Amino acid sequence: MSEDIQAGLAEILEEVAGVAPADATPEKSFTEDLDVDSLSMVEIATEVENKFGVAIPDDELANIKTVGDAITYITANRG
Amino acid sequence: MSTNDDVVVTGLGATTPLGGDVPSTWEALLAGRSGVRRITDDWITEFPAQLVATLAEDPAEKIDRVRARRLDRSQQVAVVAAEEAWRTSGAADSGVDPERIAVVFGTGIGGALTLLGQDDVLEQKGPKRVSPFTIPMLMPNGPAAAVGLAIGAKAGVHAPVSACASGAEAIRWGLDLIRFNRADIVLVGGAEACVHPLPMAGFAAMRAMSTRNDEPERASRPFDKGRDGFVLAEGAAALVLERGDAARARGATIHARLAGAGATADGYDLVAPHPEGEGAGRAITAALRDAGISATDVGHVNAHATSTPVGDTAEAAAIRSSIGEHVLVTATKSLTGHLLGAAGALESVFTILALRDQIVPATANLDDPDDDAAVQALDIVRREPRKAQLTAAVNDSFGFGGHNIALVFTTA
Repeated sequence: MSEDIQAGLAEILEEVAGVAPADATPEKSFTEDLDVDSLSMVEIATEVENKFGVAIPDDELANIKTVGDAITYITANRG
Repeated sequence: MSTNDDVVVTGLGATTPLGGDVPSTWEALLAGRSGVRRITDDWITEFPAQLVATLAEDPAEKIDRVRARRLDRSQQVAVVAAEEAWRTSGAADSGVDPERIAVVFGTGIGGALTLLGQDDVLEQKGPKRVSPFTIPMLMPNGPAAAVGLAIGAKAGVHAPVSACASGAEAIRWGLDLIRFNRADIVLVGGAEACVHPLPMAGFAAMRAMSTRNDEPERASRPFDKGRDGFVLAEGAAALVLERGDAARARGATIHARLAGAGATADGYDLVAPHPEGEGAGRAITAALRDAGISATDVGHVNAHATSTPVGDTAEAAAIRSSIGEHVLVTATKSLTGHLLGAAGALESVFTILALRDQIVPATANLDDPDDDAAVQALDIVRREPRKAQLTAAVNDSFGFGGHNIALVFTTA
């Protein structure tokens, strides 16, 4: 389950921010490790909603620091 | 002459309907190859003007994929042209402090494709689906900003907007930055990429575009009796400017000197040029005075000449009155189409190459010159490029709004 989400998130990260799928592991920080800027985070949130049907409000987005945080949020809020 | 007044061109870049870089574009121009084609997509059916000159090479394929998707096409072409100019200038290895490197890059329309594309997203999917990159991609300083980032310029990044004079205005602005000692190296140029139904419909509604749909390569015909409007084109061109003493000290190749510039406003009409080219002529005269050379020294003019009925004769009058009848005139939009805010930069590249190679490209499709007295009086090069002994040349650029820019280049 969370492997599917990780793989889907990795696809989004590759498309939006050019992150190699092998680098999209749970402990990685979007800004510190993967060089994802704030506008790209917004784009990632949009793509997450498209792919998983999970909307991420701005105040929640601010708390998502790592790939693992995103996986946890998507897992918890998936319908 | 103080050293700040000796400004030279050490790098050239372009991506155009004729080629993906400067050498291929220049070669195609001298060979008389046209970049104009007819659009065959379904949407064009009801359009009176169906011709465009689109890029020979897709700029997105020359830029890293993720970087390209965050850049409007107008920014992509700017970056491609600027990186060629920067690379060929060798300026990156000159050791110049980034705080002494500036960028001036103009556009006429800006990120129209992003604006229109994201408006479609808004209408069809709602505000939450609009890209967070919409604003940085559509803003008219977007090409300048993208170029500034690409070369690491920190002395300032500027974006003149004066319609089809924008690219030339950027060059004038760059000249001033060096003269006023605000920068040591300035990358200047213009970019445009707005081939889309809305701009095509808007220009067509002005009756500004050629409707010679059945003969794409013969549609752009500046100074010809049968001309009926311009052909919309896309692309970018860039130049690297620096002080002559610094360029020589680092052993750079000097393509030409940027000897002077003149700018005026018509004060006549928002879009129609003054019929006698009064403001255009004043710009040329001002540029010659600024360069400290006399009209008789000017051997060549790369005319703005877009192939519109009114514009070409007004410019012919301006060239005749401000320079004279001896000068070899060419109108390269006959092959490239009209690159709007990039036109002045691209035609400055052509003017510089004409000085370097001592050859004036031919004006295509000038089969039957207009009966206008000034057109008849001028020596407009046609059919074949003409070899010539050139020491100074002028590039004219004019824009809707009554903007006139003239630039004077001299041999290195």
